[in-house]
Amino acid sequence: MLLGLSQRSGARVTRPCWLPAAVLLAPSLAFLIAFTYWPVLRVLGQSLIVGRFTDARLLGLDNYRRLFADPHFARAASNNALYAAGTIVPGLTLGLLFALALRESNRWTAVMRTLLVMPLMIPLVAAAALFSFIFLPGGGLIDFYLGRFGLAMTNWLGDPDLALGSIIAITVWKNAGYYMLFFLAGLAAVPQELVDAARIDGAGALRRLCHVTLPMLGPTFGFVVPIALVNALTQVDHVVTMTQGGPSDATTLLLYYIYQQMAQNYDLGLAAAATVVSVAALLGLSLVSFRALERGVYYAS
Amino acid sequence: MRRGLEAKWRLIGLIGVSAVALIWAAPFLWMAVVSVRPGVPIDIASLTPSGPFSFKNFSEAWRSGNFPLWYLNTFLMCGGILAVQLVTASMAGYAFARLSFRGRETLFTAFLLQLLLIPALLIVPNVATLVSLHLYDHLLGIMAPYFVSAFGTFLMRQTFRAIPRDYEEAAMLDGAGVFALIRHVLVPLARPGLVAFAIVSVTAHWNEFLWPLIAVSSPSSQVLTVGLASFTSGAEAGSAWGIVAAGTLLVAAPLLLLFLIFQRRFVSSFVFSGIK
Repeated sequence: MLLGLSQRSGARVTRPCWLPAAVLLAPSLAFLIAFTYWPVLRVLGQSLIVGRFTDARLLGLDNYRRLFADPHFARAASNNALYAAGTIVPGLTLGLLFALALRESNRWTAVMRTLLVMPLMIPLVAAAALFSFIFLPGGGLIDFYLGRFGLAMTNWLGDPDLALGSIIAITVWKNAGYYMLFFLAGLAAVPQELVDAARIDGAGALRRLCHVTLPMLGPTFGFVVPIALVNALTQVDHVVTMTQGGPSDATTLLLYYIYQQMAQNYDLGLAAAATVVSVAALLGLSLVSFRALERGVYYAS
Repeated sequence: MRRGLEAKWRLIGLIGVSAVALIWAAPFLWMAVVSVRPGVPIDIASLTPSGPFSFKNFSEAWRSGNFPLWYLNTFLMCGGILAVQLVTASMAGYAFARLSFRGRETLFTAFLLQLLLIPALLIVPNVATLVSLHLYDHLLGIMAPYFVSAFGTFLMRQTFRAIPRDYEEAAMLDGAGVFALIRHVLVPLARPGLVAFAIVSVTAHWNEFLWPLIAVSSPSSQVLTVGLASFTSGAEAGSAWGIVAAGTLLVAAPLLLLFLIFQRRFVSSFVFSGIK
């Protein structure tokens, strides 16, 4: 399936008339312009409008000045960087380990895979509802079982030092199985002859993994990393319902900050400026990760 | 020697992952167990309690939230999005797969930008757009940004490309136009791709929260996730965890059940969804 996607069969037929293509693409383009391209320009414009309480629409960089002077925004940006690193690295590592351990297909591995993928199927707000109880100090699921070892009463969501970690744990729980699916597909596409050849050459399991299997998974990383990046910037449902960014800004993430400025403080200028910065960061990071991974794949092959 | 050692490590890995998988399943187990325990039992966190059990929490949850309306809205939203997406994605997918025109590759790349610039990130300008289109606070407003899907277009392009041209040529000789060709020849042949897309699309929109929360303000247009959030915040405040679990199960059950029944289909669809 993976290989079939890059085929180019039948891509070229010359039809002199452009009209059919225009008619077929028009509906899609209309919606893309309205809800993908135009919004980017619009939010740029919104971020430059200053004077929120007057009708005078002055243009300027005032919103950006306020944004970069806002300690809440700085905290949201640094939290989000931690959140991205804390969800992407363990999430992908676990996904890869799950896939390596469960790559053989039998009844048992099928059941284990199902258990690991199940969190993907429920809404993040449903996960948040469950974890509100799991993290409940004293009587919650974790403390109930940790209490038997004399460790209890940890305020997982109320302690500013632990809250972001708890939010990260929920995201890892929810996404690791999703990433596992891609690694399973990637592993299935690694030619067995290559692994066997390395084995005959005397390479141990770890060396086969590092020098044969992982480099062959380059393309898999190539699309999983951007997906994980988008997730790290856009999955904030649990922050909205569980912590509201608290305690004392410990779990404020960029999109939550945007939501807060927009829906609670009615400060559209600040929300727009924060959106522009976030979108720029996402596009930049995606491009960099894509390039870096591409180069990694190139050197490895 | 080495083979025996490797087999041992394989087994250790399998046991380790199985232990993690059981931890992964614990929240689901707890949800199921506590949802059928009435009241607030003292050992409410126990995963292996001894009765009494009843479905009282479900009736309570059903009464305190407007579940019929939330289900209806969610069905309408997911169904509406999917129906329009299938049309736009088939049309655009055909254009990218079979027609040649200037700037085709550039335009395709521009389509793929949508995979990064998802509506939840662009809430500020998108709400403004909904307001100016008079779609704010309507279900249609939640759906509108999703009426085109870059992923769907990509998937249909790949699926159409894999179909031999002979079918189309035969249909064209019979005098079929482009639309008839897509509708009656290609789409029926592309069913596996369409099913994969439908699964990914419905899962994504059934579970989405932030955009439906922002695009709608009146309770009559709320979907399940938004309803659940307001419902649980009330029940949690009263420590009614059994009711929280029952409500959560009501929201998550339809997709979870479909997933458990059609696992293979779901898994292959999701793997497809990551391939850009």
